[in-house]
Amino acid sequence: MTNEETIENGYGDALSAPFWQAAKEHKLLLQQCGNCSHFQFYPRPYCLECQSDDVSWVEASGKGTVYSQTTVHVQVSPDFNPPYTVVLVELEEGPRLLGHVSEGEPAIGDQVTIDWNEREDKPPLPVFSVA
Amino acid sequence: MGQVNDSPIYIAGVAETPLGEVHDQTELSMVALAAREALDEAGMTLKDVDGIFVNYMGEEGSVQVAEYLGIQPRYADSSDLGGAAFEAFVHHAMNAVSNGRCEVALICYASRQRTRRSRSMAPRGDDDSLTAQFQGAYGLPSPIGHYAMIAARHMHQYGTTSEQLAEIAVAARKWAQKNPKAWKQDPLTIEDVLNSRMISTPLHRDDCCLVTDGGGAIIVTTQERARNAAKKAIRVLGAGESHTHWHISQMPDLTVSAGQVSGREAFGQAGITPADVDVLVPYDSFTITVLMALEDLGFCAKGEGGAFVEGGRLAPGGSLPAMTMGGGLSYNHPGALGLLLLVEAVRQLRWEADGRQIEDAEIAVAHGVGGVFSTSGTVVLARD
Ligand SMILES: [Zn+2]
Repeated sequence: MTNEETIENGYGDALSAPFWQAAKEHKLLLQQCGNCSHFQFYPRPYCLECQSDDVSWVEASGKGTVYSQTTVHVQVSPDFNPPYTVVLVELEEGPRLLGHVSEGEPAIGDQVTIDWNEREDKPPLPVFSVA
Repeated sequence: MGQVNDSPIYIAGVAETPLGEVHDQTELSMVALAAREALDEAGMTLKDVDGIFVNYMGEEGSVQVAEYLGIQPRYADSSDLGGAAFEAFVHHAMNAVSNGRCEVALICYASRQRTRRSRSMAPRGDDDSLTAQFQGAYGLPSPIGHYAMIAARHMHQYGTTSEQLAEIAVAARKWAQKNPKAWKQDPLTIEDVLNSRMISTPLHRDDCCLVTDGGGAIIVTTQERARNAAKKAIRVLGAGESHTHWHISQMPDLTVSAGQVSGREAFGQAGITPADVDVLVPYDSFTITVLMALEDLGFCAKGEGGAFVEGGRLAPGGSLPAMTMGGGLSYNHPGALGLLLLVEAVRQLRWEADGRQIEDAEIAVAHGVGGVFSTSGTVVLARD
């Protein structure tokens, strides 16, 4: 499926569509450079480390460490009812990813694994739980 | 004083717009009033202005403001570095004026965010933007949720406490009590801050800046032109700017801000060290913003900001007077505070800060921070 078709069917932009397509199957994709092995996220048209065009999507382990977190106590939009926690997870592969928390309140430094929260009209979003 | 510029640059006039809740003016008329007052101080009129530097005044901001004031500039700048834009504008104006590309630079700003009730914590971004896809979708309040994550990381990594952050809000309030123009004057204790409503852990309501109307104007010019100023002109010794990220996930290290680079550039150009600074006017959007600026500018080592602010070091009577007008936390925060930091720094160096004057102040630093701790601009000013 080309990117254009993916966008047609769903969500994202010309570069991010494969990420969201995989998210529908509960797979976490990152870009990896074939030349220098660097991982990057969000997607760019080439590797930011060595500028090689040879970047491709690979499935990540879905494991990481909580790098920071905050629990939100105010209503900022109708979509979210406080309190809820947002974590910034440093993935095993290096890039950091925001996510929600499936249960409890992981502390910074805790090992976490990814799962996915379904959304009504968009692809699912990463949610993390203590490993 | 180390490295000196070939052509010294001065701030020859400063002014605040009406502050607080402004019902009888527009943003443009507020800017016009402040511009006239700053030009009066500089011994100039609108006819002298040939450079204009504006942020947050709508699309093509410098174009809108210049038309309103009847100015056709030969140097124009609407760079958006968030709240730090105004320190960056001093940097840009310094370069433009010293290169002869303009001679009288007007930097100005006004907002009526309080009266308009336009402040929202809703995450930014359209549906297909990177920001909406990878950040807005998580309901992280903007900007406080981002600063909260930065504070949480700093606490984890260095043992910084909520009490230490509260010290900063208390210091700002004590200064505000000496400034009749300050929005909040009632006493504030560390306990009060800790007991105020939790917004986004670990930041409480009283760790957050005000939401008020306000703004200001400043005039940057040559030594020659500054000689006619009605009030003492203040020399720009150095300036610097930088930014690190747009999305919080892309900030290289949550405990290090762009201030490390903007500060190094500004202090290096000025040929000063933190020990030379008599007055610090840091951007206090949140208490953590000040704490990390102290480290990034070199007032203390990385990780020691918490211990540094203990015991009222930034408060009246402390060894590093900071936020001397009461800061964004207690004096005024019109959405972008950067311009008002420069106004206060200049007044301290003119020795006209009345009840809050730092005795014999000779060097002041204004340090702007914008975005989600994304941008920094640092300006070193001196009385000569
Ligand atoms: Zn590479």
